[in-house]
Amino acid sequence: MNFDLSDEQKMLGEQARALLADLSPFDRLRQLIDSNADWDEPLWRALAEMGFLGAAIPEEHGGLGLGALDLGVIMEALGAANAAVPFMSSIILGAEAIRLAGSDAQKAAWLPRLASGEAVATFAYAEGPGPVFATGTKLEGGKLSGSKFPVADAGVANIAVVLVAGSDLALVELDQPGVRRTKLDSFDQLRPHYRLDFDAATADPMPGRGKLDQLIDQAAVQAAFEAAGAAEACLFMARDYALERQIFGRSLAGFQAIKHKLADVAVATELARSNAYFGGWAAQSSLDDLPAAAAAARLSGIKCFEMAARENLQVHGGIGYTFEANCHFYYRRERMLAVHLGNRGFWASRLLAAQPGRQGQVA
Amino acid sequence: MDFNDSPEEAAFRGEARAWLAAHALAHEIPPGAKMSDTEEAARGRAWIRELYEGGWSGLTFARELGGRGASGIEAVIFAEEESRYHLPKGPFVSIGTGMALPVIARHGTEDQKARFVEPTLKGEITWCQLFSEPAAGSDLAGLRTKAVRADDGSGDWIVNGQKVWSSWAHLTDWGILVVRTDPTVPKHKGLTFFLVDMKTPGIETRPIRQISGASEFNETFLTDVRIPDANRLGAEGEGWACCMTVLMGERLGSGTHRSGIATLLDYAAATPDGHGGTMLDDGAVRQQLAEALAEEQGERFFQARLRTMVSKGENPGALAGMVKLAYASRYQRTSGLALELRGLAGIVGEAGDSATGDVQYDYIYSTVMRIAGGADEVLRNQIAERVLAMPGEVRMDKDVPFEKLTG
Repeated sequence: MNFDLSDEQKMLGEQARALLADLSPFDRLRQLIDSNADWDEPLWRALAEMGFLGAAIPEEHGGLGLGALDLGVIMEALGAANAAVPFMSSIILGAEAIRLAGSDAQKAAWLPRLASGEAVATFAYAEGPGPVFATGTKLEGGKLSGSKFPVADAGVANIAVVLVAGSDLALVELDQPGVRRTKLDSFDQLRPHYRLDFDAATADPMPGRGKLDQLIDQAAVQAAFEAAGAAEACLFMARDYALERQIFGRSLAGFQAIKHKLADVAVATELARSNAYFGGWAAQSSLDDLPAAAAAARLSGIKCFEMAARENLQVHGGIGYTFEANCHFYYRRERMLAVHLGNRGFWASRLLAAQPGRQGQVA
Repeated sequence: MDFNDSPEEAAFRGEARAWLAAHALAHEIPPGAKMSDTEEAARGRAWIRELYEGGWSGLTFARELGGRGASGIEAVIFAEEESRYHLPKGPFVSIGTGMALPVIARHGTEDQKARFVEPTLKGEITWCQLFSEPAAGSDLAGLRTKAVRADDGSGDWIVNGQKVWSSWAHLTDWGILVVRTDPTVPKHKGLTFFLVDMKTPGIETRPIRQISGASEFNETFLTDVRIPDANRLGAEGEGWACCMTVLMGERLGSGTHRSGIATLLDYAAATPDGHGGTMLDDGAVRQQLAEALAEEQGERFFQARLRTMVSKGENPGALAGMVKLAYASRYQRTSGLALELRGLAGIVGEAGDSATGDVQYDYIYSTVMRIAGGADEVLRNQIAERVLAMPGEVRMDKDVPFEKLTG
């Protein structure tokens, strides 16, 4: 048994962190919010250049052909930096949906462009309040009708993979008369969400059926990596602030009220990371284990980032409530990540349903 | 990352499995079997003896000490295979191999190693731990039991004081004991470590009536107990370093056994909710069960990461406390939930309903898990200080001679 990342994977993670530290400091995030930007395009170009976008896209389609754990270390770094890029939408969901369910022609047309960053994809699943994976949108005779919202990153996406009736997937180009994109007021200011209205939009069915579960399980694992990275960034930010802050004649970090709280965040983060590692391994090497592994990773990811984002702001005190401090980026992103891809209740049910002997018994 | 055994590990596992298949069944104690402490301890000794004869006792100890010289991962593999059987492996086993032997191997003289290691590996000597005192638990270095040199020139030590929470002290042969030998220096510096024969006159063990109803822990009173200097482990004043060796072993040994979540899931799925469904239809129940499962799995894989570190020769240090901290509270929450799901039926015992009895016992015993082997609060301090590099606690007594301390 060897339950550790490889040296190559660790190096990949360090490269991603170094790039993000360089190109995506907190002042850059403030600038993006102030300019109402849809994304950090120069960062996206840099990620493409480093090969990160194509990391898990097959070599025959212009990627590096690496696996879920390699993607995971990149996601961890993106989570830590709170980066304003559509990596989850375009790579983890869009490209992977095409790889899993797309036709050869769809793969050939889009995977190389997604790997190079020339095109951006998103995944449109929700239809407002109600079930998060909603299927009220219809694809009939190559025409798509219905509405999807909120959809992350749809402002910069060229294509969307759309969940439609029958839990099928359809591929639609967004720059066409039958598609209307409306930018929504987004809680996470660094991940704008849109409403997509399809009025007999031209769309292409994706032939691979029954791939939705694998797609969202894989994405849940990656979300756990992202959450663990973000939680650790919050943990260190809180720790560093507390070390520096003097109160009652000594360092704030010396008080047990702070130490114990951050110790709990550290434990939750390590448990989530451990579950994410297992999920990444299962996605690569043992698909039978993936449903339970993904749900556990997702739940523990939500938990650790929730604790970390809240307590980080709390440790900062009043300064944490200012735009100039850096806690709010994570505080907002945490809620967004907690509800995208299905919330806690959704994944609790999936985890119970994946237990031995329980398959199908739990709704 | 690879969860499969390497070829060497697979070979070791195969060997262990085959040996256990041939030898373990005869030593099994069926779940729920009632037997006296004395008989349980005797069965434990017999199993250690069997292990020794098969070459499996003291797996990680050097061959020249009588062990097998196996790697940390091999010890994990053997423990996994061994746990498939219900074997008599109480604290009388783990205190010997997990605490006494590591400290003797590290701090002992050649003579002490010769006297104690192999007999312990053979089950001829069992051990108890005489550390905690009524006024010294998490602050162990504040202990008051004292030893002074006998005034007869023999070099012997005379020990007086009281120890507590000494598991199985009434049935074990020897104890690892830490006492104060110099009250004129600050508390950590005045301690000395001894190996004490539990049959020495002046040692009296009294069972503690515990909240579980059982009495596996004892109070141990030491009145003018004479210990030869040859049974001193390490130098005078080196007792704290010895304690650290013991406590590290305790931390690394803390597993994540007995979770009961799968059983609880079955129970909820099989119990009607009175509205045509089962308890598993209750969203709050589902949420709590799922969170517990996710945590349990996280602990298991975190443990796997730590074992990988150990197998690479790295020391997980305070990271090891994270598993125990997470596990103990989850154990309490899960057993509390199990009791609650049973409703009023959970607070009574019926003949033949061993499942409810187990739940009740778990809920009571989970309190021990949160206190023993590093209380939650101590572990949180250690994680904050050693993993997160936050400041240590204010210690008013750090540089004060022990005898000048008040309280």
